[in-house]
Amino acid sequence: MRTTTFKDCNILRLLVFVILPLCAIVYGASHPSGYYAGLINLAGIYIILVASLNLVNGFSGMFSMGHAAFMAIGAYISAFFTLTPAQKMASTPGLPEWLINANLPFVVALIIGGACAVVVALIIGYPVLRFKGHYLSIVTLGLIVIVRAVLDNEGEYTNGARGITGLPPKSNTVVIFIIMAIVLYFLFRLIRSQYGRGLIAMRDDDVAAQTLGINLASKKLSAFCISAFITGMAGGLFGHMQSVISGKFYYFDLSFRVVQTSIIGGMFSLSGAVPGGIIMAYLPEVLAPLETGVKLFGHQLPEMYGASNLIMAIILILIIIFRRQGLMGEHEFIVESMFSKDTYTSLFKKEEYLNIGRAFRDLFTGKWRKSKKALPEDIDNTPPVV
Amino acid sequence: MSVLLEASELNMHFKGLKAVNNFNAQIEKGSICGLIGTNGAGKTTVINMLSGVLVPTSGKIIFDGKNITGVRPDKIAKMGITRTYQNLRLFKKMTVLENVIIGAQMHDKLDPLGIVGNTIPHKRREAELKDKSMEMLKVMGIEKYADHISGSLPYGSQRKLEIARVLAADPKLLLLDEPAAGMNPQESAELTEIIRGIRDRYGLTILLIEHDMKVVMGLCEYIYCMAFGEIISEGLPEAVRNDPKVIEAYLGRGAVHAEN
Ligand SMILES: Nc1ncnc2c1ncn2[C@@H]1O[C@H](COP(=O)(O)OP(=O)(O)OP(=O)(O)O)[C@@H](O)[C@H]1O
Ligand SMILES: [Mg+2]
Repeated sequence: MRTTTFKDCNILRLLVFVILPLCAIVYGASHPSGYYAGLINLAGIYIILVASLNLVNGFSGMFSMGHAAFMAIGAYISAFFTLTPAQKMASTPGLPEWLINANLPFVVALIIGGACAVVVALIIGYPVLRFKGHYLSIVTLGLIVIVRAVLDNEGEYTNGARGITGLPPKSNTVVIFIIMAIVLYFLFRLIRSQYGRGLIAMRDDDVAAQTLGINLASKKLSAFCISAFITGMAGGLFGHMQSVISGKFYYFDLSFRVVQTSIIGGMFSLSGAVPGGIIMAYLPEVLAPLETGVKLFGHQLPEMYGASNLIMAIILILIIIFRRQGLMGEHEFIVESMFSKDTYTSLFKKEEYLNIGRAFRDLFTGKWRKSKKALPEDIDNTPPVV
Repeated sequence: MSVLLEASELNMHFKGLKAVNNFNAQIEKGSICGLIGTNGAGKTTVINMLSGVLVPTSGKIIFDGKNITGVRPDKIAKMGITRTYQNLRLFKKMTVLENVIIGAQMHDKLDPLGIVGNTIPHKRREAELKDKSMEMLKVMGIEKYADHISGSLPYGSQRKLEIARVLAADPKLLLLDEPAAGMNPQESAELTEIIRGIRDRYGLTILLIEHDMKVVMGLCEYIYCMAFGEIISEGLPEAVRNDPKVIEAYLGRGAVHAEN
C-alpha cells in the first residue's frame, strides 16, 4: 500500500498555498498603509523578482547578478508615465514634451517599463549569450554600474542622485498579488511545456541539447528577455511602493539580495521564490532591533550595526553548505498547488478528508520513512574501465 | 541505392594535430556502416563534424543533397542527423521519459498560445509526445525505468536511453558513438539485435563507431577503418578484417609477418 504524506492532501494545500495568501491579501488591502501591509507587499514583489530570476539562473543555467538594473529601468520608465506633468517639470524637465504630458494607467506604465528592460536585455544579451561561459554574470554586473552612472549623471531626465520623489502610491496589495499570480502561472506553464523542457535540457547538457535541435542562442536570449520583462515590471511595482526612486536603491545591494533570496529559496524551483521572498521580506525586520540594541532575556545587548546583514550572510552560507539546492530543492508543489484544479475541487471530495487522516496515521506509524523509491532491479552503476 | 551522406576531403586540425586528415566517405541510404580504428584515430572527431559539433578545417559534407558543412548543430539535427555520445550526455536531472520527450519534440514549432493557455491541442500534443517516447523506451527495452532520474540508471541502460532519445526525433541518419561500450557480451548481443531492428522498422541509415568486433561484424555492411586520422582501409567487413594494413594498425607491424 502506498503511504500518504501531507503533500498528498489537497485540502492542506488549499489552506496553506491559497487560503492563507488570500487572507494576507485581504489584510493588506484593508490596511493599506499599515506596517504589515508593507511587509506583505514587499514579500509579493520579492516573489515576482525571484521567480523571474530563477528562470534565468536556475532553469536555463545562465547566471545573472544584475537584475537590479532591469528593476531600475522599469521603475524610472513607469514613473515617467504615472507622475503628474507638474512633478515632471520640476524633477525631470529634460524629458520630451509628449512624455511630460503623458499619463497612463498604472498597469500600462508597468508594461512599458518591462518592455524597456527587454530592449536593454536584448542589447546586452545578444552579443554575450552566443558564447559559452559565465560572461553574462560579468556583463550584468557591469550593467548595474552603467545604469547607476546614467541615473546619477543625466539629471535632466532623472533628477540625478537626488532621485525622484512623490510617485503615486499605486502599488497596493491587490495589484501586486494579481501580477504575482499571473507571473507565477505564466512561468509555471512555461517550465512545464516543451519550451521549459528545452531550457532545462540546455542547462543539464548544452552540447546534447544542441544536437537535439535546440537553438542555444535563441533559447538563452528569450529566457533572459522574459525574465527582464518581469523584473522590469517588478521594479515599477517596487518604485511605486516606496514612492521614491533613486539610483542608489537599485545597486549591488538590491541585486545581491535578490540573488541571495533565490539561492535560499531554491533557484531550481519556481516555488522557491515563495519561501525565499517571505523570508527576505520579514527576516531583516525581525533582525533590525539587533542593530540598535535590544533587551534579550533581561540583558541589554549593545548596538550592533550591520548585525542583520551578518546574520543573513551566515544563513546564506549555511544553506550553501547544508542544502545547496535551497529550501525547495527542485520541488514545485507550492506553485503546482496554486494552479491545479485538484486543489480547488478537493473541498468537495470525501476522499480528500480521509487523506488527511491517513497522512497523520502514516506520519505516526513511521511508514513514510520506508517509502523511498528503489529501482526495479539491483543496479550495477559503476562505469566500465576503459 | 542512393547516397544519403557524402563527405569529401574532410580535414580537422587542432593547432598542429591532424585529428582527421582527408576523410572521404559515402553512406548509402538504408545501410549500416561501421567506423573502426585504434584509440585516438579520429572516429569521434568525424562524428563531431558530421553532426555539426565541430566545423571542419576544410572539406565538404553533403547530406540528402544539401551542403551542411559549417551548419549549426541544431539545424543539422532538424535536417535529420542525430547522434549519441561516447561519454554519455544525458540530461541527468530529468527523468528517463523526459529525456526522450526532448528528442520527440524536436520538430515541434513553439506554440505560445498553447503553452500559456494550456489549450486542448496543446494537451493532446503533450500526450502524443509522451506516448511516442514511451514507445521508444519500449523499443530499447527500458520502459520500466520511465519515471526514474536518468542519472541513476545502470550504465548499459543509459546507453540505450541515449539511443531512444535520438530515435524519438525521427532521424534519417543515426550516428552511434560506441553504443556497446561498457556492456557485457550478452548485453551487446542484445543491442546488436535492437540496432538491426530499428534500422528495419524505421528505415534508418546508421553510422556506427564500435570497438566490439562482434557487434561491428554482425551489423555492418560496409566498414571504414581509421588510424592516425586517415582512412587506411574500407570495404566489405570480411575484406577489411583481413586487410594487412588493418591488422598492422591494431597489432603492430610484427603481427602481419607473423601471420604470413
Ligand atoms: N576538441 C579537441 N581539441 C584538441 N584535440 C582534440 C579534440 N578532439 C579530439 N582531439 C584529438 O584528436 C584525436 C582524435 O580523437 P578522437 O576522439 O576523434 O579519437 P577516437 O578515434 O574517437 O578515439 P577513441 O577510440 O579513444 O574514442 C585525439 O588525439 C584527440 O586527443
Ligand atoms: Mg571516440
